Amino acid sequence: MENQSTTAIETLPLKQVKNKKNRSKEKRQLAIFLKGLLLPAFILVVWELSGVYGLTSEIMLPKPSTIFNSFVDLLFTGNLLGHLEISLYRAILGFVLGGALGLVLGLVVGFYNNAEQTLDPTLQMIRTIPHLAVIPLFILWFGFGELSKILLIAKGAFFPLYVNTFLGIRGVDSKLFAVAKVLQFSKWKQITLVILPAALPNILLGVRLSLGAAWLGLVAAELMGSSEGIGYLITDARQFSQTSIVFVGIIIFAIFGKLSDSLVRFFERRLLKWQDTYKG
Amino acid sequence: MTLLEIKKLNKSFKKGKENNHVLHDIDLKVKEGEFVTIIGPSGCGKSTLLKAIAGLDTEYKGEILLEDEKVTGTGSNRGFIFQEPRLFPWHTVEKNIAGNLSLKNPEVKNTVQNLIKLVRLEGYEKAFPKELSGGMAQRVSIARALLRKPKVLLLDEPFGALDAFTRSHMQEALLNIWQEEKTSMIFVTHDIDEAIYLANKVVIMSAKPGLIQNIIPIDLPFPRKKTTSSFQEFRTIVLNEFEKVDELEYIDSAGI
Repeated sequence: MENQSTTAIETLPLKQVKNKKNRSKEKRQLAIFLKGLLLPAFILVVWELSGVYGLTSEIMLPKPSTIFNSFVDLLFTGNLLGHLEISLYRAILGFVLGGALGLVLGLVVGFYNNAEQTLDPTLQMIRTIPHLAVIPLFILWFGFGELSKILLIAKGAFFPLYVNTFLGIRGVDSKLFAVAKVLQFSKWKQITLVILPAALPNILLGVRLSLGAAWLGLVAAELMGSSEGIGYLITDARQFSQTSIVFVGIIIFAIFGKLSDSLVRFFERRLLKWQDTYKG
Repeated sequence: MTLLEIKKLNKSFKKGKENNHVLHDIDLKVKEGEFVTIIGPSGCGKSTLLKAIAGLDTEYKGEILLEDEKVTGTGSNRGFIFQEPRLFPWHTVEKNIAGNLSLKNPEVKNTVQNLIKLVRLEGYEKAFPKELSGGMAQRVSIARALLRKPKVLLLDEPFGALDAFTRSHMQEALLNIWQEEKTSMIFVTHDIDEAIYLANKVVIMSAKPGLIQNIIPIDLPFPRKKTTSSFQEFRTIVLNEFEKVDELEYIDSAGI
């Protein structure tokens, strides 16, 4: 209870200890990173070797080195970056559109019982309709252009944020409301100081899931017919049995999916450092 | 001078077919700067009474007057300490104490700093509640309640969840704060020693219906020692009161 400020004499060794701590922390993080690489590296080696020794056919499962060569080829001669750009543009726009709408509606439905009773049943009904079922309608209504694709992605991104924002708000401990009442918080302060921070873990989870859903929607949207984008690259390659290009597309999806997820995790760690939860 | 006056307070609610009389004809006066403890068996309505004073519960008959004004809801002239600290886990200690007031205001910042000193938590301004022990967290909640300069502090078994050592530490700390800030205190507890140790007067309640059985003034000088014979005398008096309550309850439960 009484371990307050450190005295001047203690400062110097303390600093050294801190440096050491930092260094060992870096080491630990490196170790964690390497641990994550262990399994993929092992799989790659086995994969490559089975290709080299002819255990797998080049059409069904091209070797990692072949896939890498196709990747380099595409990068320099096949306008891979152009495809990536249009895909990212669609995913981001769709995510922002659907996610923002999901967040806003989740907040409204979370705050007002009336809104919940009028909106939620309908939204829950729409939520269960699969992407593939609405694709024909979207094409009919919005054509083959960008609009139908972006709306499809937005539909995917909408629901995770909507559901989780709603849950987050409804999950706020009512005991803390009694505190806010005793302390005479205004309605606005109740929202900004109590409800939103309490709902933030759920909202961020919603963002992560929405990003994932946007990615899924992107693939569905690009497979339904387009002339550019990573999804197009995959369908096109499949028609010509260029399996290695299919792999390149899949790997790009995986990498960008992971990157976007890591970005949100980064914000989670910064914004939720107050959380007292089991860290494994 | 009378600060708080409770007149003929009655509260009951229906539980199935039974009409549960939680509070029956409660009359109580609390003077300015007085330390009152309320003690009684569980279900005697002591917490309900405290919530009514706080304005958290307004469904009752009768009147509660604070400085001659009728209490109709929560207000900054009353502070409330819950059994659990109920800190906002996403705010630092400072921010928890400041609550809806901005720390950018130098006056608020200053008061918060002084309160942190008062509850002996210097160095923990930027700590999150998860880093605090139970006693420390409860001290933060006391500081938070004091920031609004309440006329009366209402404490609902605030040390009930703490271990014996921390508890007696906290009792000490609360008495210090009381003597420095001169805030009136109404303190609900089920610990007889705690009730006598802290109070100018001990209000003894009995259950079913919840009513005030007796009020015993404790005219021992501070600081008190729990081992002295005069302290023990008061303990005996309070215990005797409880025996009366117990007898009544036995009769009640036996259906005589």
